[in-house]
Amino acid sequence: MDSAISESVAAAPAERKPLSSAADNGLKIVVVGGFGVGKTTLVRSVSDIRPLNTEETMTQAGADIDDLSAVRSKTTTTVAFDFGRISLNEETVLYLFGAPGQQRFWFLWDRLFAGTLGAVVLVDTRRLDESWYAIDRLEHHGTPFVVARNDFGSDTYTSEQVREALDLDPEVPLVSCDARSRESAKHVLITLVEHLHRLSSARELTS
Amino acid sequence: MSAARAGRDDDPDRLYTVTGGRSRAHNDSFDLVTLIVSECEPTPGMPSEQARILRMCRLPTAVVELSADLRLPVSIVKIVLSDLLDTGRITARHPRTSKAPPAPRRRGETPAAQLPDPTILEQVLVGLRNL
Repeated sequence: MDSAISESVAAAPAERKPLSSAADNGLKIVVVGGFGVGKTTLVRSVSDIRPLNTEETMTQAGADIDDLSAVRSKTTTTVAFDFGRISLNEETVLYLFGAPGQQRFWFLWDRLFAGTLGAVVLVDTRRLDESWYAIDRLEHHGTPFVVARNDFGSDTYTSEQVREALDLDPEVPLVSCDARSRESAKHVLITLVEHLHRLSSARELTS
Repeated sequence: MSAARAGRDDDPDRLYTVTGGRSRAHNDSFDLVTLIVSECEPTPGMPSEQARILRMCRLPTAVVELSADLRLPVSIVKIVLSDLLDTGRITARHPRTSKAPPAPRRRGETPAAQLPDPTILEQVLVGLRNL
């Protein structure tokens, strides 16, 4: 095999750990954040496989679009995203998607991420304004989320200041993390799933 | 990211050939994380994408992984899968996040109906804590 093999070729299926033959349930969690905030790093930290990349296209203004005002005419919308996975047990595999928070991405949210368990909004406190739109859209889609501030070492804001700047609902968890650390990334995911569990249990009690 | 990918950068003919000119799968049930399993081996003369999928899915493989490996947009992969499913060459294991179908949503209601079952979330927590 060629020693100058590219990274994308090196991730070919033959070199990737396959799922168990008993795997029968795929679950989704989406990590949303601006460019360079560390989405792929966080996914890589906990994934069983090296993150892969793919894309989805939408070739016409169709029923999937929930924000027609942002679409001037029929266009091709393409969004690229990357993902990793974690085998939770023999049957259940959790897919982690790193998704860009920019506007066109949300046109494809329903098609790609309907049924997602929940989302992590990964923020850089130096660029909090980039997260407003993502938070607004997640609320619009009714997708529960937590906010994780990736620690870039120069972070001097208190949690209260970040909450205030993002206008976060008091019940939405806010955690600090280092996306490069497996333990830290694990902690972010556990925080999200515990939050979902609280919401889901409360719902079962009231229904 | 810069590697060749049929969806946008290059040969539109390949997409046309793969899909027979269709833009949507008639079977819209595939999720990104639906796990696909081959039920047979490729046969001579089969379109190459179909044959590759059958080889890749000897063990369960998610739709999104097929899309990444085939370098085709997710919607194109779903069209090919739809053909394979119709002819019984694959089976599909769809995601389950709740025991019961979601409750009907009233207009204007917060769409919390999509919350997964606590029991599924408990399994996820156990799995994550054991990482």
